[in-house]
Amino acid sequence: MSGAAELRLPTEAEMYQALCERHGAQMQRKFSEGAVAVCGLGGLGSNIAVSLARAGVGRLLLLDFDRVDLSNLNRQQYFPDQLGMPKAEALSDTLHRIAPYCRIESQTVRLSEENIPVLLRDYPVICEAFDRADQKAMLVNTVLTALPEAVLIAGSGMAGLGSPNKIRTRKTSEHFYLCGDGESDSAKGLGLISARVAVCAAHQATVALQVLAGRIDI
Amino acid sequence: MVKVNGVEMDVSGKTVSELLEAEGYQPAVVAVELNEVILPKAEYGSTVLKDGDIAEVVSFVGGG
Repeated sequence: MSGAAELRLPTEAEMYQALCERHGAQMQRKFSEGAVAVCGLGGLGSNIAVSLARAGVGRLLLLDFDRVDLSNLNRQQYFPDQLGMPKAEALSDTLHRIAPYCRIESQTVRLSEENIPVLLRDYPVICEAFDRADQKAMLVNTVLTALPEAVLIAGSGMAGLGSPNKIRTRKTSEHFYLCGDGESDSAKGLGLISARVAVCAAHQATVALQVLAGRIDI
Repeated sequence: MVKVNGVEMDVSGKTVSELLEAEGYQPAVVAVELNEVILPKAEYGSTVLKDGDIAEVVSFVGGG
């Protein structure tokens, strides 16, 4: 006996069966039939996407204009050997390792009022995961106006090391959920710290899964 | 009276732009839902609040 065991990835059917055993067949079918767009692939977006891929969401769209930078590694789901890569490409690679049968579309693009209605039109669930406040507002205004059938889940207020219990989810209207503490602002010198950003990302991912499952419980 | 973010306010007759300015909101970082429907930014100046309206002003902060 010598040498490493031959690597064999589980088949799609094996992975699906394992997910069904964890989540229940009915819920898993809904996750697998689901499609979610993640806009911005920083601390929020990369963590949201990892959670959704692990849960077995069938189709993900990853959008970001930026490349992986050393300053991202404190909280974002990238590796030092991915420095300089476009985030959309780097995260797509990682998600393929986590969930090889997830259908992932990724694009390096700066979202705008003009391209949002086109790029996001096939995605009934959309996660806002930008960094800048004015860009968050732009995306929310554009999606809610131009894509009125979509469900939008945004994040606002997760900087610093304040109480994680202040991060909560609110449903402000039929198509809009807002996660975060609403006030801790990275633009006011508060750092973005892995665990607290991940709390907000987990709120957003949980709501996305609830929407797919048709079981809203805020 | 108009309910703004859950609080009754005496702002009937004011426009959404006037409400935002009076409350210190920066229009560039907000989204406004009026009676659960998003209000396009271009309509802030021409939309007059009336009794019974429910306004939700979401003001975003940075970080992600």
